[in-house]
Amino acid sequence: MTPAQIPVQTLVPQGEHPPAWKWYDYFTFNIDHKVIGIQYLVLAFLSYLVGGVMALGMRAELYTPDSDFLAPAVYNALLTNHGTIMIFFWVVPAAIGGFGNFLIPLMIGARDMAFPKLNAIAFWLNPPAAILLMTSLFFGGSQSGWTAYPPLSLITASHAQSLWILSIILVGTSSILGSLNFVITIWKMRVPSMKLDEVPLFCWAMLATSILALFSTPVLAIGLTLLFFDINFGTSFFRPEAGGDVVMYQHLFWFYSHPAVYLMILPIFGIMSEVIPVHARRPIFGYKAIAYSSLAICVVGLFVWVHHMFSSGTPPWMRLFFTVSTLLVAVPTGVKIFGWVATLWGGKIRFTTAMLFAIGMLSMFVVGGLSGVTLGAPAFDLHVHDTYYIVGHFHYVLFGGSVFGLYAGIYHWFPKITGRMLNEPLGRLHFAMTFVGTHLTFLPMHELGMKGMPRRVAMYDPQFEFLNHLCTFGAILLGLSVLPLLINAIWSWSRGPKAGDNPWRALSLEWTTSSPPLVENWPVLPVVTVGPYDYGTKESS
Amino acid sequence: MQEIPASFWTLLAGIVVTAISFWVGQNHGLFPEQASNQAPLVDGFFNFMFTIAVAFFLVVQGAIVVFIIRYRRRPGDDADGSSVRENLPLEILWTAIPAIIVIGLGVYSVDVYRDMGGLPSSGMMMAHHHSRGSALAAPLEVQTSPALTATTYGLGGAPMAEENHTPDLTVNVTGLQFAWIFNYANQQVTAGELHVPRGQDVLLKMTANDVIHSFWVPQFRIKQDVFPGQFTELRFIATKTGEFPVVCAELCGSYHGGMRTRVIVQEPADFERWLTESQVAQASGQTVAQATPSTLLTSYAQDLGITQETLAQLPH
Repeated sequence: MTPAQIPVQTLVPQGEHPPAWKWYDYFTFNIDHKVIGIQYLVLAFLSYLVGGVMALGMRAELYTPDSDFLAPAVYNALLTNHGTIMIFFWVVPAAIGGFGNFLIPLMIGARDMAFPKLNAIAFWLNPPAAILLMTSLFFGGSQSGWTAYPPLSLITASHAQSLWILSIILVGTSSILGSLNFVITIWKMRVPSMKLDEVPLFCWAMLATSILALFSTPVLAIGLTLLFFDINFGTSFFRPEAGGDVVMYQHLFWFYSHPAVYLMILPIFGIMSEVIPVHARRPIFGYKAIAYSSLAICVVGLFVWVHHMFSSGTPPWMRLFFTVSTLLVAVPTGVKIFGWVATLWGGKIRFTTAMLFAIGMLSMFVVGGLSGVTLGAPAFDLHVHDTYYIVGHFHYVLFGGSVFGLYAGIYHWFPKITGRMLNEPLGRLHFAMTFVGTHLTFLPMHELGMKGMPRRVAMYDPQFEFLNHLCTFGAILLGLSVLPLLINAIWSWSRGPKAGDNPWRALSLEWTTSSPPLVENWPVLPVVTVGPYDYGTKESS
Repeated sequence: MQEIPASFWTLLAGIVVTAISFWVGQNHGLFPEQASNQAPLVDGFFNFMFTIAVAFFLVVQGAIVVFIIRYRRRPGDDADGSSVRENLPLEILWTAIPAIIVIGLGVYSVDVYRDMGGLPSSGMMMAHHHSRGSALAAPLEVQTSPALTATTYGLGGAPMAEENHTPDLTVNVTGLQFAWIFNYANQQVTAGELHVPRGQDVLLKMTANDVIHSFWVPQFRIKQDVFPGQFTELRFIATKTGEFPVVCAELCGSYHGGMRTRVIVQEPADFERWLTESQVAQASGQTVAQATPSTLLTSYAQDLGITQETLAQLPH
């Protein structure tokens, strides 16, 4: 028998686990993509806890209308760093760096990424960035929001703002290096037997994500570098009193930061397309439509940034052009949602925790997506721009969408990453608390915004007190909801039941190797004999 | 017993979804009261979008709930589900319907936006630009030169669709950390609260002293950022007397949340009386006409929650 004919399933017999990395290897400049993936995931999760504590601090302040729990400057530092951490240190590195690195080579049958050392460099830019950001808190913390609009960012807490800029430029550089690696790996390193329409949808999503990051991230780096020069070296790119243009900064910022929304949701779309078919025992509905809609979102997503600036210094033609492009993004996004719902049709759905979070994400993301469409036109956006309606909307997308998707991914791939199963009852408790907490925290925010409460305030009109109480109770529930996950993950990592190679009976290639996968993934590279979504067909049984 | 055909249930579900969507779209009660000519336009537009959104929400969530109940795995069943992978007509349908809806929404939104006064200098209105420009350059507008009006952004169009109409009242607005100053240049009056007459066409010419602020009156449904070194404008007709909050909606520093004042909509006669009284008072040097920001704010310092040291740092 030649290697090409060896059935995939028998390459690594059950129970025969090859030597793995030692614990201290995870603290070194290791070039194994799986080690790097775990490094990203763990660092990101720790950052998530820090960012979550900051959110609880803000919700505590907002329990009462007056500014009575935190000093106003501290509140502004919390809101800035909460946003910064959740975006740049949690969702982006967990989804792209964490799952992307761990899964892509395993899914396409490669032994590692195209440039393993570059990959390690990309990760190791993150810890110093995190240290810079934490250091900035000792200088009062950057207080101008994660948007850092000048002139406020030029005249407030300059040292902290400078450290913040350096930190973001480091993670941005990391993102560029990582994206380059993903594009080349996905394009060039597929196992020869894998046809283009057998590439798992997570990889398509990561391809779109990486292209988007490559186009947009350098622009943010430019904007922030100019801002850094204005603060420290006396230039006046954005100083209005010296002829600078503050609106230009907003364009540079949002040219990256709107695509950043897609950087945080496209990989999650990929996770959804992997998790749902496995647990519904169904082929994904509309493979091509879902793959191409990722690319469509990537292209259209580059031309919608001005919808963040409808109330800024923008002329009418610009407001209207970006209305149309913004509304158009709803179409490819809808295609995906309908595809996932149709995948549930006719399935034999197993309500594992991973599936609960995936269905929860689907349900939540519909709310965030629909409220997003209402914001696409200035006729309504001018009323609710910079209010709690926006805060409610983007938390449905980024918490109900991205974080639920990350949770689904964690429950789905934890057995592959660690070799052990997570506890299901604890997982269901985690899901129930998160689901209720999310609605309780973020649903009332829509009404708050429409009724007149602006965002980023530490004090508000007393008429909004009741709804703010609901939000704070929900936030406490969300804070507590992390405990079952933490306990579950720590306990199961060492004592959970052994997972075996393929506990979910999934068909994509990462499940053909051992759990955790051996150092170079397979003794002999696998051969694709069955597509990743061929459930219910003769080939898969 | 015969079964009720599935098409009947589909029809019934469609009727129920439509009825609920229309009812919710009209009765959600999420807006504060309407007090400007733009408010009914914005609310009508939102209600239209909200009706469609509720219908989509019900259909998608309904499908999710029905499918997860109907297609749940039964105990002991380890087989796979249906192997259907695609259905081209269905996929075309669910691409086309949202596409048509969002294009329709886009067209409708342009219409609403124009009625709100959002297209003051485009298309047909170019012809009026000159006359409007010269009106703005009249001596009443002390701070505004024609060169600056060319780059003024905001909702500056006449709100009554009379494109040639010049505003009945122009107020210069200055935002600063953390207060608003309203200057009635023509009448030599400066105030910390905005007084406007009901039913008249009011133009706000706005700028900032320090950082970006944003002028928002929730009951008017309009908002415009305010920049240092640049003018932006808002134009509206207040339709209801009363006091409404003026809120800063752009993060502007520590006391951003405290940067609130009021707009007081009065009957034209009451407004004229207030204007005359303020003119007399300010001419005799009693109040704020010649005040610098810091002296003006001294009496408000307690309410704003800021100290005299903060005030002393304000630009003079």
